[in-house]
Amino acid sequence: MPDAHGGARLELRGITKQYPGVLANDRIDVDVLPGEIHAVLGENGAGKSTLMKIIYGIVKPDAGTIRWEGAPAHVANPAQARKLGIGMVFQHFSLFDTLTVADNIRLAVDEQDAAQLPARIRDVSARYGLTLDPARRVHTMSVGERQRVEIVRCLLQEPRLLIMDEPTSVLTPQAVLRLFDTLTKLAAEGCSILYISHKLDEIRAICHRATVLRAGRVTGTCDPRQETNATLARMMIGGDLPHPRHREVAAGKPALVVDALDLAADDPFGTTLRAISVTVRAGEIVGIAGVSGNGQKELLAALSGERTLDRAGAVTLCGKPAGRLAAYDRRRLGLAFVPEERLGRGAVPEMTLAENTLLTTRDGALVSHGFIRSEGVRAFAAKTIAAYGVKATGPDAVARSLSGGNLQKFIVGREINQQPKVLIAAQPTWGVDVGAAAQIRQALIDLRDNGVAVLVISEELDELMEICDRLAVIAQGRLSPAKPIHETSAEEIGILMAGTAETSGGDREALHA
Amino acid sequence: MKLVLEGRPQPSRAAVWFAPLLATAATLVVGFVVFKAFGKDPLAAFDAFFIQPVATRYGIAELLLKATPLMLIATGLAIGYRANVWNIGAEGQLTLGAIAGGGVALAVGDAEWPSALLLTVMFAAGALAGMLWAAIPAWLRTRFNANEILTSLMLVYVATLLLSWLVHGPWRDPEGYNFPQSRLFTDSALLPNLVAETRLNAGLLIALAIVAIAWVFVRRHIVGFEMRVAGLAPAAANYAGIAAKRNVWLGMLAGGACAGIAGVGEAAGPIGQLLPSMSPGYGFAAIIVAFVGRLHPLGIVFASILMSLLYLGGESAQMNLALPSAVTGLFQGTLLFFLLAADVFVNFRVRVVQPAAAT
Repeated sequence: MPDAHGGARLELRGITKQYPGVLANDRIDVDVLPGEIHAVLGENGAGKSTLMKIIYGIVKPDAGTIRWEGAPAHVANPAQARKLGIGMVFQHFSLFDTLTVADNIRLAVDEQDAAQLPARIRDVSARYGLTLDPARRVHTMSVGERQRVEIVRCLLQEPRLLIMDEPTSVLTPQAVLRLFDTLTKLAAEGCSILYISHKLDEIRAICHRATVLRAGRVTGTCDPRQETNATLARMMIGGDLPHPRHREVAAGKPALVVDALDLAADDPFGTTLRAISVTVRAGEIVGIAGVSGNGQKELLAALSGERTLDRAGAVTLCGKPAGRLAAYDRRRLGLAFVPEERLGRGAVPEMTLAENTLLTTRDGALVSHGFIRSEGVRAFAAKTIAAYGVKATGPDAVARSLSGGNLQKFIVGREINQQPKVLIAAQPTWGVDVGAAAQIRQALIDLRDNGVAVLVISEELDELMEICDRLAVIAQGRLSPAKPIHETSAEEIGILMAGTAETSGGDREALHA
Repeated sequence: MKLVLEGRPQPSRAAVWFAPLLATAATLVVGFVVFKAFGKDPLAAFDAFFIQPVATRYGIAELLLKATPLMLIATGLAIGYRANVWNIGAEGQLTLGAIAGGGVALAVGDAEWPSALLLTVMFAAGALAGMLWAAIPAWLRTRFNANEILTSLMLVYVATLLLSWLVHGPWRDPEGYNFPQSRLFTDSALLPNLVAETRLNAGLLIALAIVAIAWVFVRRHIVGFEMRVAGLAPAAANYAGIAAKRNVWLGMLAGGACAGIAGVGEAAGPIGQLLPSMSPGYGFAAIIVAFVGRLHPLGIVFASILMSLLYLGGESAQMNLALPSAVTGLFQGTLLFFLLAADVFVNFRVRVVQPAAAT
């Protein structure tokens, strides 16, 4: 609990940061007390990351003051932040795959005595329940374990403020609980924690206080333990969370059949797929849960045709063997695909939305005799923009200029507008704000209700539980049988996510490379 | 107060056209310094370099004559460059085109073929030979993943030596006093002149027609679109199901065909026979032209005229100011250097900021 002597560890006053075209932070005031787990809650693009980068010295504010333990502080760069006692665990890790845990940590903690380091790592990891073997190489570790390396690396510097950026987005439910134990323990010892998230349940479970941001401004400060998801969401998005409508539809004929698909990894740290079988029928949503790096990337490439297979029968689309067909030919059989990366894969950053429409749509109104009909293309893009509420200046807006959520809506809309028979979506709402995420989920459900076979691969278990009819789990390149959603539970899925090599209820502790 | 570069939310349309002008201006400033360093009056030097060469009708005709192969080759190269296919060997493909086209002209010799037929066959042979030469790096790239920058460049020297052997050996003019050169082509193997008393010939029309076709292909045809996608975002191209190998082949062959045609244009135009060297480096200068012209057909037309002016200016500076001919290469290099630097302004803008109040 925050102690009451009144001195805040970190005081932000009037922090303002202007980026071209967007005011990322607008006169933000935040106080973080010693020993407090302080949530910073907000939709994507609300300004959370900018604020954290300012605290950690990566971004310079245009105006405003930072006081650290009562004294004015000027944080010019992350090294200075660390010297002050501020540590940060990023959403995307910065570890060298081929080095050991100890080497990775040594690179960042330069003043440490090298011989002592492994012992100190064991020490810190034992104290906070972050089991780590200093001699292991990072590429053999699960995402949860890699996060532990990052956390231990921060803790070795004995920070008095730890910033965690969306720490649970890559963890199994069990690993999330263990992370919470660690954070609670740290806070009890007096370390302040800034916890960035948009997951309301988590914030209500462990945070003492929450600062809510919307469009760069503080819209409220509250004790999340006294709030409900609905009240928090209202502060966050300024309205009520939409709830998806789910209509009962009898599933039809199998539209996508994957039969004993084996595929060797094409890079040294990839995952080999082993005997993957799954059937998706018309009018149902099948979900594939799993911690990232367990073969999702490879499976998606094999299903979309970005990697072709040796055996045609391994993938059947609408009754036709499609394993040897390339992406374009599979699309002509009725497949649509929303990839995980929007910029650079789902869309060409430098091209306009109209041009990006042509990536996957080639019907007669858009292309005839090989020549592009720009009016048709623009009309299609305009229709997508209107139907999915994409915030963009129009079909001529460059893809790069859209926010992640808006671009995702455009890509999902583009794929759905093609009236596919099978839609595969990877992380459809990853990094998308709550409002847009709800809209995308609804679009997937509507598609299902219209008799389309939908396969969703996601790390967000809550999302899968919400929209799927059946759920399978991918772990270490193997896929569990898909089970109807009401016959399974988050706990069971969590155990499957941790994989077969499960030993101590952890996530892939005993995985051998 | 200080200056910062900040990213633009959208690339600036104005800067796309402004950057080449800025680069040209910066090149002139460097030219000023260089002329000064040589002890020449910069104004007189600029006059000799940029004004005198085009002060006459003949001069303008020469300007367009030299711009012709440059725009032709740059147009072909740009098709590949948009798809990240880096054909650096256009000089060699030009040489092969000249060999094939010239070979047809020499083989037909005095047999009275109609000029239109003969020229058509010559250009077709030249285009095919250029494509064949470009197909070697394309095949090495798609089959063995060999870097086409290196292989296409190395083949330039092979092509030059092949031509050299031909004009020193089997194709040498028996009545040519042992000079390493072929027989002169017959009149029916020469491109008709466009303007009397100049060397400007119908090759310019062929080049402009190809530029127009390329424009339609890049902007309007789905394959041109796909090649742009492949260049900008390879993962998106893979996602869209665009075959990477096909792009390599198309990019290399387009460059090879255009360079081959340019080679025939030189042989059947201003030169009129085969010589050990058929081009003063047009194949390399065209790389600069392609980038100065922003890989855009219309931009390439302007850029080729600019580059042609640098060639003429270099010659004029050599004759009138006794400057070394290397000054042409110096201007080409400086221009490309400044152009790449000025490109920053397309995606970034300069902003003046007051020091942040945060302390």
